[in-house]
Amino acid sequence: MKPKHQRLVLGLLALGAVLGASGLALSALRDEAAFFYAPGDVAGKPLPLGKAVRLGGMVEQGSIARQPDGLSIAFVVTDGKARVPVAFRGVAPDLFKEGSGVVAEGKFNPDGSFTADNLLAKHDERYMPPQVAGNMHKSETLDK
Amino acid sequence: MIHALANPTRFLKLARPLTPVLFWAGVALALFGAWAGLTQTPADYLQKESVRILYIHVPAAWLGMGGWTGVAGASLGYLIWRHPLAHIAARSIAPAGAVFAALCLITGSIWGRPTWGTWWEWDGRLTSMLLLFFVYIAYIALARADSDRGGDGRVPALFGVAGSVLLPIVRYSVVWWNTLHQGQSIGLTSSSIDGSMLWPLFFTIGGFTLLFAGVVLMRMRAMLATQKVEARLRRMAAR
Repeated sequence: MKPKHQRLVLGLLALGAVLGASGLALSALRDEAAFFYAPGDVAGKPLPLGKAVRLGGMVEQGSIARQPDGLSIAFVVTDGKARVPVAFRGVAPDLFKEGSGVVAEGKFNPDGSFTADNLLAKHDERYMPPQVAGNMHKSETLDK
Repeated sequence: MIHALANPTRFLKLARPLTPVLFWAGVALALFGAWAGLTQTPADYLQKESVRILYIHVPAAWLGMGGWTGVAGASLGYLIWRHPLAHIAARSIAPAGAVFAALCLITGSIWGRPTWGTWWEWDGRLTSMLLLFFVYIAYIALARADSDRGGDGRVPALFGVAGSVLLPIVRYSVVWWNTLHQGQSIGLTSSSIDGSMLWPLFFTIGGFTLLFAGVVLMRMRAMLATQKVEARLRRMAAR
């Protein structure tokens, strides 16, 4: 084998090893690198109690309830597999709506509910003008 | 074809007329795309006007990742075929790619504040893109140190190949991990961006890509010219 061909084989092997390493990192970090727990991730398992975690999913339709103090909000986060009731006190982002994504930062309570001290709105990959979105996506907002 | 181009004289003959064409066509397309994106498209139903940052953010992300694909490909070519031009190509692509990776991070941060409610979160996509930016900086420093010490460029080339470990991670972070960043909007055959908002994106992606290619050719020609000057000075000093 000529040195050039040797290097070609070595180079391709190196590239394969790099891609393999990347795949291993992706799968090994699958749980560690998760930005948030989905309700289905914690259902039926011991809750990650006592530490600050994030809970992400969709805000269930019709679940947002404003409390009389004007600051506290209660709602339900769901991923279709399980649902977690969330209590939050503070200012929610503008895009926080029923039927759209949310990431809540806070702690689980022993009863399975979640107390959030910060809310992030999660945007999905759909982009469309209001005319196209039409009534389909006209969900209830807080400032209704 | 690649072997024919590996000859610097033949490369320069082609690159010289090609540079201004790529550069100015890129500027024109990007400006038209930006104008169309700012004035000719409807606002998003949820994000309102801030959706328009997409027309810069998406090309920046594409070139940030495409740039490293170029660095890695040229580095691999240099390691295997020892073409000096491949080394010069990798070194020329890196700063341009780093600029677009930074632009991607900055525009994403500006978009994230009104949309997500935060400038920065350590989620999988954001963190891996930041790492890619750092890898660019490390490559630029390494390549410069290598050439200052009279190295033959093999060490930066190895780093260039190894750094591509990040490319699939950036790309699939939103698929494999729970992330705050949304999934991919544009596939090969379909897109979840409505057509009325999508079309200027193709102009900015195409425009910035041509601009990128033009800048890379400029840098390659400059590096070849510097090498020629240095070789001539050495010959004169030896005389």
